[in-house]
Amino acid sequence: MTPKFKAQAGTFESSDIMVLIEPVDEGTGRQVDLSSTVMLQFEEDIKATINQVLDAMNVGHVHLIAKDKGALTPTIKARVETAIKRSLGIQEGTL
Amino acid sequence: MAKKKRRSMLYIPGNNPAMVQQAGVYGCDAVLLDLEDAVALNQKDAARILVRSMLKTVNFYKTEVCVRVNNLQTPFGLADLEEIVPMQPDNIRFPKTESVQDVRDFMKEVRRIEKEHDIKDPKMTIHVMIETAKGVANVYDIASCEPRIDAITIGGQDLTADMGIIKTPDGAGIDYARKRIVMAGKANNLDVLDTVFADVNDEEGLKEETEYIKKLGFAGKALINPRQIDPVHEVFNPSEKEIRKAYRVYSEFYKNTKAGIGVFAIDGKMIDAPVVQRAITVLEYANIDIKDIEKSVDLSD
Repeated sequence: MTPKFKAQAGTFESSDIMVLIEPVDEGTGRQVDLSSTVMLQFEEDIKATINQVLDAMNVGHVHLIAKDKGALTPTIKARVETAIKRSLGIQEGTL
Repeated sequence: MAKKKRRSMLYIPGNNPAMVQQAGVYGCDAVLLDLEDAVALNQKDAARILVRSMLKTVNFYKTEVCVRVNNLQTPFGLADLEEIVPMQPDNIRFPKTESVQDVRDFMKEVRRIEKEHDIKDPKMTIHVMIETAKGVANVYDIASCEPRIDAITIGGQDLTADMGIIKTPDGAGIDYARKRIVMAGKANNLDVLDTVFADVNDEEGLKEETEYIKKLGFAGKALINPRQIDPVHEVFNPSEKEIRKAYRVYSEFYKNTKAGIGVFAIDGKMIDAPVVQRAITVLEYANIDIKDIEKSVDLSD
């Protein structure tokens, strides 16, 4: 599946993560830009979690921007899923 | 088996990850993960996905977990059930229940989803919320129509809005509804739970209201801030004198029952089944297992 719309989910509050989705052309691949308050310790874990959700939702081509404020794994998963569903037009978005 | 204590049920906004992930450590008896009034209309999707994700992973320890979904008449209710029912939290709270038909429609969807997910012998129970004048009028029928309902609760804010009155600190406008809901709940052996106390800075007011609803027969109260937990527990917890008395009543009851005596006296006062039942309730609130009392009773004389 390829995202059709710009979409976002999450907040800049502590323990949350803001996820922004930008549609890209087919064949572009995935680009994940992450910034986090715990970048040094968990950059790879957070990226792995994001990619796990994208794999599960079969999203191959997307530009995902994530601003993390120390979110736990279930929060990261939920915010990525919500942002993707919004960008696919499956659920009501906020942008 | 002892009934679960539901003295304090803390509402937590379903779209707030910091609060949801800490829900198990606040020390309340139950948490109410809210997908309804505490969530903005354009964040309903985010909240239900977050709560579903948290239910999969987060340890809530001994805290009972209830999820309040949106009413099925809204565009969000069915989507909430589709995400939450497969997770089987301890209970689902169904708001603005007005009739037996509402419960039937709700349970039809719950059972369909459980069947689709191959959930056999589901343990999840239902809490119905009475928040309209029509719901108050129909409350006995609602309370008795579905065996998976194990608690009934009053929503004071919505009820006063529905009645076109202002919720006053003395609760005058909802007093009749409280009493009617308690009777309907008690008649069906359900826990009856009270509405929130909105002023988090007024601890004395909270205690007064909790004393009052305890006297009416409510098992507990919904809370909106962790600061409200201790004052409510203080009211519901029995005093040392009450615990000592209950301990003595139950010990004597056990001893007399073993001797084949049904009614007996302590200090000249008759002790019969209702007195024993009250003693058991006090012991439950004091975390004393009656089996331990039975073991300690000397049956030799």
